[in-house]
Amino acid sequence: MANDKSNMQLVANGILNENPIFRLVLSMCPAVGISTTVMNGIMLGLAVLFVQVFSSVTISLFKNKIHPRIRIPSYTLTIATWVTVIDLVMAAYMPGPYSQMGVFIKLIVAFAIITMRLEMFACKESVNASFWDGVGMGLGFMAGMMAIGLVRELLGLGTILGFEVLGGVRPLLFFVLPCAGFFVVGLMMAFFNYIEIRYRKLKQVAS
Amino acid sequence: MKSFVCKLFLLAVLALLPSLAQAGDLITSKSFGEPNEIILTFAAPTSAAIATDINNYTVYEEPDPDIRLTIDTITLSADGKTAHLIFSEPLNTTETHVVAVMTHDKVSPFIFQVAKSYWGYLFSILISALLINNFVFTKYLGLCVFFGTSKRKDTAKGMGFTFTIVMVVSAIMSWFFYQYVMKPFHLNFLQIVVFIGLVSLTVQAVDTVLRKVNPALFQSFGVYLVLVIANCVIIAVPLILADNEYNFLETLMLSLGAGSGFLLALYLMSSVRERMEFAQIPKTFEGIPIAFIVAGQFALAFLGFSGLKIF
Repeated sequence: MANDKSNMQLVANGILNENPIFRLVLSMCPAVGISTTVMNGIMLGLAVLFVQVFSSVTISLFKNKIHPRIRIPSYTLTIATWVTVIDLVMAAYMPGPYSQMGVFIKLIVAFAIITMRLEMFACKESVNASFWDGVGMGLGFMAGMMAIGLVRELLGLGTILGFEVLGGVRPLLFFVLPCAGFFVVGLMMAFFNYIEIRYRKLKQVAS
Repeated sequence: MKSFVCKLFLLAVLALLPSLAQAGDLITSKSFGEPNEIILTFAAPTSAAIATDINNYTVYEEPDPDIRLTIDTITLSADGKTAHLIFSEPLNTTETHVVAVMTHDKVSPFIFQVAKSYWGYLFSILISALLINNFVFTKYLGLCVFFGTSKRKDTAKGMGFTFTIVMVVSAIMSWFFYQYVMKPFHLNFLQIVVFIGLVSLTVQAVDTVLRKVNPALFQSFGVYLVLVIANCVIIAVPLILADNEYNFLETLMLSLGAGSGFLLALYLMSSVRERMEFAQIPKTFEGIPIAFIVAGQFALAFLGFSGLKIF
């Protein structure tokens, strides 16, 4: 199956049309669990980007060698290897953010989004296309995490990336409480749905 | 067959019971009282001069004999039998504490241990994984499957049971592998690869065994098995038990608690979602968004368990 999309289209597809968090509704655990600040979102997003790109490229390189019946175990092992790499690297060079992520870096191995992209995309497409698809998916995940982190950090702590922005207004502590993750994600999804519904109506009226 | 299993179980219980005869004849009972208190009951009335002398006691946590805990005051009850040791700092009551009391001859101290009931401790791990640290509502793990399979009560029950079984089996296997292969050979960096492999293996094994042994059950549970592999709850349990160096029984309790906690969460969520089908939900909230809001409310409710303390 040939791919007729350009590289940039593949990246944009990952960020917008098939955003892992808001569109595909996959990998929700970190989106709820550790999205309390923008920084957390960036760090986990980087880790996921790394794992997604390298796993996609690896599987794409070996796609003709992998027997279809053992493809799922081989995906899992590939992902596990790259997760181990990023886990050890982050533990060594970024101990602070790493300890904040807790067990979530290791749990990237179980993120449905990565396995899904390998199954849907990397095992059929060329190395180049897989690379850009991986970049798009990773960036899309990062963008989603950052958007949730932005809302929660702004409302809960009154800061963005650690800088004071609310100017003395007392923030709502509720939003940094862990359980607020569910509410924020739910409300943001509803908001995007609302935009989509309005957009469709406008289009109908126009046509 | 049944009696044999019973005997085996009894034997196991007897073998695992913490040694009971520790305190001998001087002390009849000892326990933790307030957060910074140890209560001792002597067999016979003792003189206040000896029993309340701070220098006669040495107390430390079993793993760190070098760190002596400082006693503030000791009060003796009127009949001279019960002594309350008040420490300057709260005690870590999950650790076994060793108390050495200097007796009349001032030469050989009388040494005994103060610990919480081990079964109580195991039970508290179970309850903690089930309610206080529920994997779905307070640790936010396994959400994909949680939202995907909580639409019907039957599905939720099937999924929950399958999960619990796979979780217990894979946790036990991971524990053996971790303790007897990975630790002795210093292969800790392989944790993720090994654990995910073991989980997939367990899923495959359960799939095969169930297909042969109970086809009817397989018909109803088999579909969920594939979903189990790509789930963070199931891989989180081995990682947590490796981090905390749990022993076998603790591992069993943690996996059992985590599995039944997942079952509980799925069941609660599915009963709400079944009702929601008849509710009038704004168009923008239909489907996943409203499920998130409901889950958020459950999470708020589960926050209430956070103060729960057993034993």
